[in-house]
Amino acid sequence: MLVNNGLVYLIALPLFGSALLLLAGRRADRWGHLFATAMSAMSFVLGAVQFYEMLGRDAENRAVTQKLFTWISVGSFNVDAGLLLDQLSICFVLLITGVGTLIHIYSIAYMDHDKDRRRFFAYLNLFIAAMLLLVMGDSYLNLYVGWEGVGLASYLLIGFWNQKPAYATASKKAFIANRVGDMGLSFAIMIAFATMGTVSFIGVKEAAEGSSQGALTAIGLMLLLAATGKSAQFPLQAWLGDAMAGPTPVSALIHAATMVTAGVYLITRSNFIFDAAPTAQLLVVIVGAITLLFGAIIGTAKDDIKKALAASTMSQIGYMVLATGLGPVGYAFAIMHLLTHGFFKAGMFLGAGSVMHGTGDEVNMRKFGGIRHFMPVTFATFGLGYLAILGVPPFAGFYSKDKIIETAFYSGGIKGILIGSIALFGAALTAFYMTRVMILTFAGTPRYDINNPPHESSFLMLLPMGILAIGSVTSGFLLARGEALVHWLEPLFHAHEGHGPEILPPVVISLMALTVVIIGATFAWFKYGRGPVADTAPTNVSIFTRIARRDLLQDDFNESVFMRPGQALTRLIVKTDDVVVDGTVRGVAAATLGSGAALRTSQTGFVRSYAALIVIGAIALIAAIWAVTL
Amino acid sequence: MNPTNYLYVSALLFTIGAIGVVVRRNAIVVFMCIELMLNAANLSFVTFARMNGNLDGQVVAFFTMVVAACEVVVGLAIIVTIYRSRRSASVDDASLLRR
Repeated sequence: MLVNNGLVYLIALPLFGSALLLLAGRRADRWGHLFATAMSAMSFVLGAVQFYEMLGRDAENRAVTQKLFTWISVGSFNVDAGLLLDQLSICFVLLITGVGTLIHIYSIAYMDHDKDRRRFFAYLNLFIAAMLLLVMGDSYLNLYVGWEGVGLASYLLIGFWNQKPAYATASKKAFIANRVGDMGLSFAIMIAFATMGTVSFIGVKEAAEGSSQGALTAIGLMLLLAATGKSAQFPLQAWLGDAMAGPTPVSALIHAATMVTAGVYLITRSNFIFDAAPTAQLLVVIVGAITLLFGAIIGTAKDDIKKALAASTMSQIGYMVLATGLGPVGYAFAIMHLLTHGFFKAGMFLGAGSVMHGTGDEVNMRKFGGIRHFMPVTFATFGLGYLAILGVPPFAGFYSKDKIIETAFYSGGIKGILIGSIALFGAALTAFYMTRVMILTFAGTPRYDINNPPHESSFLMLLPMGILAIGSVTSGFLLARGEALVHWLEPLFHAHEGHGPEILPPVVISLMALTVVIIGATFAWFKYGRGPVADTAPTNVSIFTRIARRDLLQDDFNESVFMRPGQALTRLIVKTDDVVVDGTVRGVAAATLGSGAALRTSQTGFVRSYAALIVIGAIALIAAIWAVTL
Repeated sequence: MNPTNYLYVSALLFTIGAIGVVVRRNAIVVFMCIELMLNAANLSFVTFARMNGNLDGQVVAFFTMVVAACEVVVGLAIIVTIYRSRRSASVDDASLLRR
């Protein structure tokens, strides 16, 4: 592997930007946002240069490493703080810095009126640095540092407007749910160290071949737990909807395009573990399939445009996780969907932010309607993203999602048909809820004060949306042409193993996918597109709708199963501490005090009584001596 | 003469002194009663010295006189000071330490 000492600057630049902006304080208010954007852009340029150099080398020598310093050196256990940039990392680096820079530019305008804009940009830069460290670490421990870093940045940014208690609570909720997943990652690292004696990717990969099935399954399950936390997968998915409390660019960057895909990266990076642990791999598929439907069902019931998009994100990441669980053939498609999703979902989130910006921070889609007349550019970019997520050819989602559905069908046996059908059904639901979002927001008649219509956003906001829209149109074709991405990633996986029997020709599956998409979209049009839409959510709805509106009871479940027993346990412990521990201490103190007070009364202060006591004592002493000697 | 008689006198003097300390309130009288007890002790020392035929007890008696003289100096000074500040030489009045 080649050594390249320039890798660290990719991370160092945004980290420096973040530190400078935070330390300089209000002095940096005037230029902080530009500086942060420049740092992110320079990081992107460095990433592009790395990519260009990588293209010039043959497949075996593309990965480069850089050792920063010896981090831990205890006996035979050595961990270097090192960076690794290979074919997989570079995909992420370009996505993070590319989309990240666009969102920096967008935020300059979007956060223009916020007096804390500098702090916002400092956190954004911190996020970019942490996320780059996550994907460029060369061991699980280095990855873990970035993993925690993005968690911190996500927490800070969700709670950016923490003067509203609900937003502060949302950030805490995200942090705690992530923490549960982080436990999984730390357990995975511990198990890897205990059974293999190493935590570097290369070391674990070599050791995995000789390891016991039990250890590999345990590591795989713990890594899956970590992925469910960070990527908002079942059963740790509940935080993503509330995370929409953060400013919209944050939702676009962190909770759609990059951070939430870290779980997919983790599973893909650990392919050597999951390939050797079929049980864990099967569970990955199950988690992906459940989340895919879970998110899609929530998405059908949400009136908040950001929450609908968040549910969609959850569902789309479910597709990616599903693909990673399908073994060597699935990884490349998971990454492909991740990249295309990064474009179209970030684009749609920015579109949603643009709509909010134009309507005075309204998020309820029932208060929108007919916005396409007032915001044509936003409508166009959002619409391209919409076509991409539906998987309409030749837009990006068609290439990536169809491949996942196809691979699911080909994974063999009943399992293949089952998860293929789930993926297909998910595509229909996706078409339904995204069409619903489109119709409620952009079509129909206005449901707001027509004399105060929404206004189109400024150029700085439209530019990133336009670029992302171009990405949503072209990225799928570019990545899929000649299986470019599959061949690019091939050296990392055992992709030559191929998939199971082709039970249906690919064309038929594509046609099936298109058919269900058209059915879903048509259904949505019949429900919302034909007549006027109520500007408040109807209340006389079926129990299923009500459950879907309550996020399929995910919060109720968490509250009743984890939160309330946890609180009861806490109260019990506090009570025990009060009564037993503090009671003992206070009891000793009270006994000392009481006996002191009682003894104090014997001290009268009269000299004569002391003298009398001395006399009595002396007499008693003499009497005792006399009695003994006699 | 039987030396035991001196010891009886000594015991009598000591008892008078001890009772005086306990029952009298006037600080001067209490003080004199203490002197009485010291001298009762002295008498015992001297008697025992005589009975045992050596000088140890007599030497201790001189020491006691010296200590008693010092005690008188300090004690009288305290009593005079208390009397000046409180216009009373009663020991029961000076019971401030219990608070």
